[in-house]
Amino acid sequence: MIELAFHKTLHSADGTMPLRVDLRIKQGSFACLYGKSGAGKTSFARIVAGLLAAEAGRIRVNGATWYDSEAGIELRPQQRSVGFVFQDYALFPNMTVEENLSFALRRGQDAGIVRDLIELIELGGLRDRRPAMLSGGQRQRVALARALVQTPALLLLDEPLAALDAAMRARLQQYILRVHREYRLSTILISHDVSDILKMADTLLHLEHGGIVWQGPPAKYFGRSSLSGKFQFSGELIAIEAQDVVFILSILIGGNVVKVVADESEVKALRIGDRLLVASKAFNPIIRKIDVNPDDERIPRS
Amino acid sequence: MIDWEPLVLTFKLAATTTVVLLIIAVPLARWLAYTRSRIRPILETLVSMPLVLPPTVLGFYLLIAFSPSNAFGGWLQDWLGLRLIFSFEGLVLASLIYSMPFMVHPLQSGFASLSPSLQEAAYVLGKSKTATLFKVLLPNMKSSLLSAVVLAFAHTIGEFGVVLMIGGNIPGQTRVASIAIYDEVEALNYAAANTYALILFVLTFIMLLGVYLFNGGYLQRLRQ
Repeated sequence: MIELAFHKTLHSADGTMPLRVDLRIKQGSFACLYGKSGAGKTSFARIVAGLLAAEAGRIRVNGATWYDSEAGIELRPQQRSVGFVFQDYALFPNMTVEENLSFALRRGQDAGIVRDLIELIELGGLRDRRPAMLSGGQRQRVALARALVQTPALLLLDEPLAALDAAMRARLQQYILRVHREYRLSTILISHDVSDILKMADTLLHLEHGGIVWQGPPAKYFGRSSLSGKFQFSGELIAIEAQDVVFILSILIGGNVVKVVADESEVKALRIGDRLLVASKAFNPIIRKIDVNPDDERIPRS
Repeated sequence: MIDWEPLVLTFKLAATTTVVLLIIAVPLARWLAYTRSRIRPILETLVSMPLVLPPTVLGFYLLIAFSPSNAFGGWLQDWLGLRLIFSFEGLVLASLIYSMPFMVHPLQSGFASLSPSLQEAAYVLGKSKTATLFKVLLPNMKSSLLSAVVLAFAHTIGEFGVVLMIGGNIPGQTRVASIAIYDEVEALNYAAANTYALILFVLTFIMLLGVYLFNGGYLQRLRQ
């Protein structure tokens, strides 16, 4: 059981906001912390990892107390069994892929895990490269592997997929799921992307204005709108055009712009930049395989 | 033939100062780069003061402070057997203060230019502050490190006012090259002054050129 209960006053450009959480996550679960930017997601992860000090509360992971303000316990990040994947990857530029992983080894730890992990993330051919010579997706995989070298009790991923294109994102989701199962981790993923959450998480934590406003299975959360769509995509509204009596919405889904018809009453509630769910049922889609070279990490040729 | 002693002394002073300063400045620069303490601006100001203060001001106060006829200087002499005025040790101490900004500033901006997550990533991986410094931070700021070392070294070679104030002109003790040049000119011995001056000019030119070549990446491009 992972128990996270703490509060901290966050200071931002818009003034102060209290971050106040009190939640329990089952050991071995894959939780996703979801919320708008500025909701306190990164601060949440930094407090759990010990990189940011909370003002009061308690953090217990699998029976070990990491933080307890009443008992005066506050473990340093070095003492917490935590893996952290940073948004900017934070790979050490002076070390090769293999050295980045070996650096993470605890004193006396068997180096075999470094080989296993390099194999698991399929970077054997790049083990002697420096991070500067890797693509975004490859760096991301190295960062993920490095966070697992010490087999942490809890893995924290701070928007690890935000900077990647749609094709790479889908592959990375597979890698993350694979390591989560392989190493029986408890994982908390920070993301505001609905596809990440629906594909990976079994628990959704919705953080808003510094508080958890909803916790439960993701499908339930996104299905709240009582849609039973056979097709469900989430995207960002990028344009609204009026055309005769209807409106055409341009929605960015993954790397593609999709045009959807909407009527005036629907458009009224929408703003450019809104996150939308596009669902449809009862039509027969055409499926065609896209030819992708597995070594090519750019967007597939269509 | 000129007397080589002032040149040897100059380089001995510069080397000693640079090594000691490096040991002091690395932790100081790291602290200045990351701290949110309120006394940071005060410390930054103190470190930068030698940039704008006439060297004679610094030399004057050091002379007063270290003079054995004063409490502090007397204590140093009686208890530690240290005489800091008109001695090589005194010159080293004065140079440490005088060259401090040239060592601290490049290091501080080097630390500040590294992504804070590098340090945090090392901490989360269980690495101590010291291990993080030597394995992660310093190897990724080699150009700042080189600038700091060379600037501090070259600047110590160029010292004059401070040395004159607290070192004087004792051959083999405090008579560094810059003082020797002044001395030779006073004695109308222009040929000797020119030799010292030319050597200093050429050596400092080569050192600084080396820094610019390395940091500008010219050397890497030549190799390819």
